[in-house]
Amino acid sequence: MTGKVRLTDDGRAPGAERRLWREHPGARRAVHAAVLLSALAACAWFGFAVLLAAVAGRVFLGGAALPAVAVTLVAMLALVAARAGLLWAGEVVVQRAAEEVKGSLRARVVARLVALGPAYTVGERAGELVHTAGGAIEELDASITGYRRARLLAGIVPVLAAILVLALDPWAAAILLLSWPVLVVLLALIGGRVRERAQARERELAWMSAHFLDVLRGLPTLKLFGRSAEQATTIEAVGGRFGATTMDVLRTAFQASLVLEWGATGATALVAIEASVRLMGGGLGFDHALAALLMAPEFFLPMRRYAAEYHTGQAGRAAAARVYALLDEPDRTPAGSRGAAENPAGSLTPMHPISGFGSCGARSRISMRSLRSSSPQPDLGHLAAKSLGQVSGRAPGRGAPPDRLDLRFDGVWVAHDAGRRPALAGFSLEVPEGATVALVGATGAGKSTVAGVLLRFVEPDAGSVLVGGVPLAAVEPERWRALVAYVPQQPWLFHGTVSDNIRLARPGAADREVVAAARAAHAHEFVSGLPAAYETPVGEGGARLSGGERQRIAIARAVLRDAPLLVLDEATSHLDPETEGLVLEALARLARGRTVLQIAHRPELARAADLIAVMHAGRVVEVRRP
Amino acid sequence: MTQVRRLLALASPLRTWLALAALASALALLANVALMAVAPTLISRAAVVTGFADIALAVTAVRGLAVARASLRYAERYAAHVAALRILARLRVRLYLALEPLAPAGLLGRPGGDLLARVVADVEALDGFFVRGLLPPVAAAGAGVGACLVAAWLDPRLGLVLLASLMLAGTALPLAARRLSRAPAAGLASARGELHAVLAEQVGGLPDLLACGREAEIGDRVAETTARMARERGRLASARGLSAGGGALLPGLSGLALLALAIPLVRGGAVPGVLLAAVPLVGLAAFEGVQSLGEAFREVEVGRAAAARTFELLDAPVPSPDPPRPRPLAGRPDVELRGVRFRYRPAGPPVLDDVSLRLPAGGRLGIAGPSGAGKTTVVNLLLRFWEAESGSVLLGGRDVRSCRAEEVRARFGVAPQRIHLFNGTLRDNLLLADGEAADDRILDACDQAALGDLVRSLPDGLDTLVGEDGLALSGGERQRVALARVFLRGAPVVVLDEATANLDAATERRVLRAVDTFATGRSLLVISHRSAPLELVDRVVVLPGRPRPA
Repeated sequence: MTGKVRLTDDGRAPGAERRLWREHPGARRAVHAAVLLSALAACAWFGFAVLLAAVAGRVFLGGAALPAVAVTLVAMLALVAARAGLLWAGEVVVQRAAEEVKGSLRARVVARLVALGPAYTVGERAGELVHTAGGAIEELDASITGYRRARLLAGIVPVLAAILVLALDPWAAAILLLSWPVLVVLLALIGGRVRERAQARERELAWMSAHFLDVLRGLPTLKLFGRSAEQATTIEAVGGRFGATTMDVLRTAFQASLVLEWGATGATALVAIEASVRLMGGGLGFDHALAALLMAPEFFLPMRRYAAEYHTGQAGRAAAARVYALLDEPDRTPAGSRGAAENPAGSLTPMHPISGFGSCGARSRISMRSLRSSSPQPDLGHLAAKSLGQVSGRAPGRGAPPDRLDLRFDGVWVAHDAGRRPALAGFSLEVPEGATVALVGATGAGKSTVAGVLLRFVEPDAGSVLVGGVPLAAVEPERWRALVAYVPQQPWLFHGTVSDNIRLARPGAADREVVAAARAAHAHEFVSGLPAAYETPVGEGGARLSGGERQRIAIARAVLRDAPLLVLDEATSHLDPETEGLVLEALARLARGRTVLQIAHRPELARAADLIAVMHAGRVVEVRRP
Repeated sequence: MTQVRRLLALASPLRTWLALAALASALALLANVALMAVAPTLISRAAVVTGFADIALAVTAVRGLAVARASLRYAERYAAHVAALRILARLRVRLYLALEPLAPAGLLGRPGGDLLARVVADVEALDGFFVRGLLPPVAAAGAGVGACLVAAWLDPRLGLVLLASLMLAGTALPLAARRLSRAPAAGLASARGELHAVLAEQVGGLPDLLACGREAEIGDRVAETTARMARERGRLASARGLSAGGGALLPGLSGLALLALAIPLVRGGAVPGVLLAAVPLVGLAAFEGVQSLGEAFREVEVGRAAAARTFELLDAPVPSPDPPRPRPLAGRPDVELRGVRFRYRPAGPPVLDDVSLRLPAGGRLGIAGPSGAGKTTVVNLLLRFWEAESGSVLLGGRDVRSCRAEEVRARFGVAPQRIHLFNGTLRDNLLLADGEAADDRILDACDQAALGDLVRSLPDGLDTLVGEDGLALSGGERQRVALARVFLRGAPVVVLDEATANLDAATERRVLRAVDTFATGRSLLVISHRSAPLELVDRVVVLPGRPRPA
């Protein structure tokens, strides 16, 4: 739940929009400047209309010749030119506003993602987050340059137009001003319906696209079972249903513009009729009547523009809400670490020590207090509430790393999502400095979560982690990670060369150091076989490396990193037995003199460990020597 | 322009709707021109006559035109969208039918799901081509010609001035704006692509970046790309400003020119005085249609690019087509590879080089070897997803290339290495293997795959949604779903491709025992680089793998 973007029920989030403008006063000023420029352009047009009517009157009724009106015509030319220049300047200025907002928000979003860490960003949420930082922020562009300006102009220009018409012909002004509220009410009524249906359509569109994509991606599977041909019918049916929904939305939307168009054109026609009748009666001058007629469409134009931009405003608002939901995402502040920092360790843990598995611990050479605490049924609602962010603000964690690396997990609880079973449920383990401890257990036992906790990607909901006697939560994450080398289960290859990717671990490393690290990880053999060896591009669009090859690059990173604590998460799972043997041997060499936490799904991989801890359902159930 | 022509061909079944839309659009524009001609004339008449009867006709005309314009707009939009939606629905089905035979061999080298995602987005983008790209120029041309004719009827010079300024506003201005915006638009697109790539990489690789202490770089690269986008956007805004400014300048100038031309004509008596005010206003109103042409050009451009990508897929050659006269398969599904050589790309290294192996019906064979040795490729060849470069792949003594691919695949029950789960329920995903299976049979297959206890423990049981690509399930759970499919399928040749790699040892043993029983009376092909699954087979072929460089 924590990762979901929170919107109000109808997708609007007025608060987010208001906050956006409050937080960017420079952009607000730029938008106001652009609005001023556009309003001046409208005024130039009003002047043009009034002068046009005057010229027509003097020629048509007064019989004036071209030279007599030449000065007025030149003035009109100047107004046309001024209007063009003002419109151009308005576009340029409003874009600045958009760029300021987008640049600042994106920087904040990225900083937030880094602060929230991998526990938040990996997995199914990743795509959504990339969209928030990329596409969603871009959507603000149209909303600022189009919608925001149109909305402000819709409040200013009709007033100016109405004042001018009032001076020209009060009756025409009355017609315009009376039609205005009627139109607004009608539009608001229809607009609500449009919004509702447009959202239904959006959902259906998203659903249809997802379905289409799902089928395309699963084509090999469908073919495997001989079920691919029949999908054409499904796609046709889904498309047909989407078409029907779309037409439904569009019909309502068209009705809205029909009303607007009717109102605007109808009011213009009424002004024409009213003005001519009064003109015949002698109550109105010709040039006033003509100018009032010319002004009538201008009165409605800003509102029509606003209506046309309305959807970009909706999209922008949803985007702003999405961005702020991410920015407001509370820190994963660990209850346990707070406990560790402020209270005696573990006093906040919602569980009671029991001594169920004492016999296993007794067998270990290294003193293991791992099996001390855990209760079968902790207060999960309590944990869920915490992960939902009721606890906010960072824990005091700016301290320096400790001198020694003895690790001690004490009754650690981690619940990834409310309602699901916790990943760690009272996990306790000790890893003395210099020892290699292997974690084994079935899939889903919580092994990788332990690595996440150790790397400070996940903060425990309860319990504590001590390093050299210092609570891990009190150590600054960046300084802590400088002591850790990590080989993840699914290493990521970045766009760049092989050597760039190995060098990620130590940017300043010399070429020979990179090669030496690759040799130690048994990566050198396959890297030499690549088209440009260490300079071969990998990652998106580059050479495709197998899972085992990626793992060996990650191991090379760890070698190059040369950190005193080594965390290996299934580091050899994608390797064939021969390579696996070589790499395990290399890892054993690397482990000498370091503290190692090795995660393995098969116990035979843990032969080199000093101690094997068997995990089940989020805690250690057995500790034995290999 | 071929893309545009092909798009039009695609639209031809709906040409009546499109023609109706264009007609309604042109008439709506003309109604506005007429309104702007009649309304000032009405006022001018009112200045010189005294009886209401003298202006009654004009009053009626003004009212009628106002209603007609709004109604015609409605008709235009309705017809245009009906046409576009139907065209896209047809295109989507055609696209699926074209992609279906391509997968997976023909889609290799097209980066993962991105291309497919783009296809979906491209089809959506074509909506803009038909509604906002194709129709406005047609309607604007129709309405522009009508307005010029009216002006020319008063005086040919008026018509010519109007025509010239309309042409300028309708072609030169959008072309200039497009020229100005082409480079920044391309720059923006590439910067946006880069931003997306950078973000995707940094979100996906965040654990690696943090573990290597590189967090500072993340914000820097994003800020750099964002700044590039801002520069391009600024240049685009300038081009947009040119459109907006020019779009205001040209009608103003044209109105002024028409007025200046009409003044001597009125004084000379060639044009009646009551029409004087109408002349510049018709000139102004005539621009309504051309004002949307800039956008129309952009839509056509976007549509062409989208169409090019879409058509490229529609035209892609089928990599492994069924023969015109497929031969039926023999009864006994003996599987054999004879001297097979294969590579995924013509220039790439051979994945299989002179590989021969045989699995007689009812036999059991294992394939082992290092990663990258081509173990999975053997399965791809058997299923006719790919074709061997030389040598032959035989099923029941027949070369699989001479048989229908679907018939070949019906002989196999495969638990693949890469599993796709459809966004639906567990049941949907299992029924794929046998559409008719009842729940007890499904649960039976789940039990065999060591999935039964999990399914029963789920509150929704078989109706549990697995999420997009089965993301709600763990790697081991996915593998067990794939295995349950094989048990349900009951095909004569069972293939396990690293099918138990993500299972823990106890579960693996359970599943392999079930496979052992199930495979009695069937053929079994086990691919693995580990020993446990290979214990099921009598004979193991070891593929040598990529030659190591010296």
